Amino acid sequence: MNDTTNMERQATAAPAIELKGISKAFGPVQANKDISIRVMPGTIHGIIGENGAGKSTLMSILYGFYKADKGEIFISGKKTDIPDSQAAITAGIGMVFQHFKLVENFTVLENIILGAEDGRLLKPSLAKARKSLLKLADDYGLKVDPDALIQDIGVGMQQRVEILKALYRQADILILDEPTGVLTPAEADQLFRILGRLRSEGKTIILITHKLREIMNITDTVSVMRRGEMTATVKTAETSPAELAELMVGRKVLLRVDKKPAQPAEVVLDIKGLRVVDEKGVERLRGIDLQVRAGEILGVAGVAGNGQSELLEVLGGYQTGSGSVQVKGQALDLTGKHSDGQSRRNRGIAHVPEDRQREGLIMDFQAWENTAFGYHKDPAYRHGILMDNAAIKADTVEKMERFDVRPPNPRLAAKSFSGGNQQKIVLAREIERNPDLLLIGQPTRGVDIGAIEFIHQQIVALRDQGKAILLVSVELEEILALSDRVAVMFDGQVMGVRDASATDEKELGLMMAGITDTEADAKIGA
Amino acid sequence: MDYMTLIQLLDSTVRLATPLLLACLAGLFSERAGIFDIGLDGKMLAAAFFSAAIAAMSGNVWLGLLAGIAASLALSLLHGLASITFRGNQLISGVAINFLAAGLTVLIAQDWFQQGGRTPSLIGGARFNPITLPFADTIEPMPIIGPLYAELISGHSILVYAAFAAVPLTWWLLYRTRFGLRLRAVGENPAAVDTAGVSVIGLRYAAVCICGVLCGIAGAYLSTALQAGFIKDMSAGRGYIALAALIFAKWRPWYALWATLLFGLFGALETRPDVIEALIGIKVQGQLLGALPYVMTVIILAGFVGKAIPPRAGGEPYVKER
Repeated sequence: MNDTTNMERQATAAPAIELKGISKAFGPVQANKDISIRVMPGTIHGIIGENGAGKSTLMSILYGFYKADKGEIFISGKKTDIPDSQAAITAGIGMVFQHFKLVENFTVLENIILGAEDGRLLKPSLAKARKSLLKLADDYGLKVDPDALIQDIGVGMQQRVEILKALYRQADILILDEPTGVLTPAEADQLFRILGRLRSEGKTIILITHKLREIMNITDTVSVMRRGEMTATVKTAETSPAELAELMVGRKVLLRVDKKPAQPAEVVLDIKGLRVVDEKGVERLRGIDLQVRAGEILGVAGVAGNGQSELLEVLGGYQTGSGSVQVKGQALDLTGKHSDGQSRRNRGIAHVPEDRQREGLIMDFQAWENTAFGYHKDPAYRHGILMDNAAIKADTVEKMERFDVRPPNPRLAAKSFSGGNQQKIVLAREIERNPDLLLIGQPTRGVDIGAIEFIHQQIVALRDQGKAILLVSVELEEILALSDRVAVMFDGQVMGVRDASATDEKELGLMMAGITDTEADAKIGA
Repeated sequence: MDYMTLIQLLDSTVRLATPLLLACLAGLFSERAGIFDIGLDGKMLAAAFFSAAIAAMSGNVWLGLLAGIAASLALSLLHGLASITFRGNQLISGVAINFLAAGLTVLIAQDWFQQGGRTPSLIGGARFNPITLPFADTIEPMPIIGPLYAELISGHSILVYAAFAAVPLTWWLLYRTRFGLRLRAVGENPAAVDTAGVSVIGLRYAAVCICGVLCGIAGAYLSTALQAGFIKDMSAGRGYIALAALIFAKWRPWYALWATLLFGLFGALETRPDVIEALIGIKVQGQLLGALPYVMTVIILAGFVGKAIPPRAGGEPYVKER
C-alpha cells in the first residue's frame, strides 16, 4: 500500500492506464475484486499471479471482451468506456493474446490490415500497410516477410505479427498475455529486446505472466494478483523473486487439516527417469524421479505449466512417455499401446483429473451416468449384456449421501451441480473403488470453502487407510495442509523433495521459481 | 458425333449448369463466412415456387423474380437466426429448411392454384425468354463460329448471363475488397475478426443474405426460365449437387464455374444416352451419370485429387472467449 502512495507522489504525468475499483463476477466466482492499478506511460508494468488469479479477466475487461460489474477505466487521465474491442483500439490499446488471433491462411500483410483497412478496396490498404510495415520494422527492429502465410512462419514470428498489428493500429499501450508461453528461450530474449525498444520509444507495456524471472528481467513496476485481488504493487528494483513468490502464493495458511502423522509403508508408486515429449516436440517432463509410499500423501507443487499436468496424464494412461514407472513393483506401460484409463484402473490406480469438467465428467450426462463411467463393466452394474441402471442409480444415491452431494438427485445433469458437488461426484466414484494409488489434480479448484474441507478430509481418510496418494495442486496452501512430503516441479524437473513439516512457503516459493538451495549457496559462495 | 450435336450438348450444359452455378456461389459466400448451408436446395425450391406463383398471377416475371428472392432471403434469415444468433447446429437448421420448403411449396401451391401442387404454366411475359444477342442472325450462316455464337452463346435467358457474370464479380468481391477479406477471415478465425473490432455477427448475416439472394435467383431460373412453371420438388437435389460442386471447387469462384459446368455436362449427357453410346460404344444408364457428381465429390473428399480444405471455422457458432 505504501508503495502505491509513494508512486502517486512521484507521478508527474497522468497514468497511461488507471483502473479504479474494478470488480467482475462470473456467477458465484469473483474473478476480480475491487482492483485498482495505475500504469505510468513509457514503462513496462508486470502483472504476476497464479493461473486463475484473475489477470486475464482484468485484461479482457480492458480490451472490451467483458464488461466490469463495477469500476472505472481512465486512459491518459480521461475516463473511458470500453464496451467492445473497437473502443479499446480507438483508445490506443493493443492486445497480444496468449493464443494468437491470426488467420492462418492469410499473409502477414492481410492479417495486419484486417479490420483496419483504409477503404472498400484492398489494393491501396495493402500498399499503405506494406510501407508502414517497413517503417515499423526499422523503428522497432521488427522484421517480417509481409507476403509470408501465417501458417508457414514460426510462433515467434507470429507473435511479432500480433505486435505489429497493434502498432499498425497506433496502439500506445500494449498488453501481452503470457507472451513467452509458446516461445523458446532464444525467442523470448528477442521478444524482451523488442519490448525494451518499444518502451524507449515511449510505448506503455503491460506484461502478464506467471514467470518471476521475466518480471525481474524486464519490468519497471510489478503488481501481484491473487484470487481475484490485487495484493501488492511494487517497484521491480525494490523487490526480489522471493518476496514476489511469497506474495503470489500467499503468506497465511488459512487451511488447516487435522491429521495424524503419516505412517508410510512400502513403496507403491516408483517413478524413475520419466520423460514426456508433447506433440510439438517440446520436452514437458525431463527425467522425473519420485516415490510415493502407502499411507502417505506426496504433494507436487509448482507454478502451473511446469509439467505437473503431463505427470498426471502419463500416470493416468492418456499420455505417452518414456522411462520407468512401477506400481507395487510391476511396470506400467507408458507407450500408449496397452495403456488407457481402464488398464490403469485394473492396476488399482484411481484418477481424479485436474479438469473435472473436461476429463472427469460429461457435463450433459446425469449424475448416475457419470458415476458409472470407467466402472461400467462392474458386474454389480450389469444385468447380462445390459446395464443395470436401477443398480447404478441406487449406488449413486448411496454415494451422494456418503459424500454429502447436494442436491442428492442422481437424475440431475452434472452441469447443474456446483463445482464442489461436481468434484464430490468424481471423488466418490474414484475413492469408493478402494484403489492402491490415488492420483488427484487440483482437488479444490473452483470449489467453495465448505466443500474444500470435506474433500480434504476424504483425502486424508484415504491416506489413513494405507493408500498412496499423489496430489498435484498449484495452491501452495493446499499442498502444505495435506502433504506429508512435498515435491516441487519447475520446467519439467523435480527441483527437490521436502518433508512438509520441515519446509515453508518461502523455501517452496523459491524452488517454484526455479531457484535451488545449491544455486543460492553457489551465489553466496561466489 | 457431329458438330451440331456437340453444340446442342454444350448449350444444354450451360442451361443445366446455371442453377448449379448460382447455388454453388451462394453456398460459397455462406461457407466462406463459416456458416454451412445444407439448405440451398430448400431455398431454391421456395424461390422456384414463389417466383412462378407471382409471375403467374401478375404476368410479370420480374415481380416473380423479386418474390423468389424474397422467399429465399426469408429462409436465409431463418437459418441465420438459428445458427448465428442462437448458435444452433447449422446442419440441423439447413435440413429443417429443406423440409419446410418441400412441404410448404406444395401446400401453398395447392391452396392457391388447385392444380395438384403446381402453378399454372407460364407464358409470354411471365417467363424469362431467350435473348438473341446482336448479330446472331448475321453470323449464324458462317461455318463453325456461326452455330457457336447463335446457338451456344446467344439465345439464353438473362439469368444465365447474370450467373456467369457473377463468377468474376464474386472473385473480385472476395479477393479485392475489404468486405471479401473480412468475410474470408470470419470463416477461418472469427476471433481474429472480433479482436480487430469488426462484428462477426454482422459479417455472417451479410454472407447469409448474399447466399439467400443468389439461391433466390437460382430458384427463379428453375421455374421461370428452365421450365415454365413450378412443379413439386422441382429443385430435384440441385442444392446438394451445388454443395458437391462447392467442395469440388475447393470453395473458390472460378473453380466453382468449372465444377458446375462439368456437373452440368453430366446432366446434359444424362438426357442424351445416344451420344454416349456413339462415343464409347456402350449403353450407359442415365442414372449412373446422375450419380457421377456425388461419386466425384467423394473421391475429392478422400483426397485423391488434391486436398479440399473447408474454411476452418465452418459449422462452429462463434462464442466470445478470452
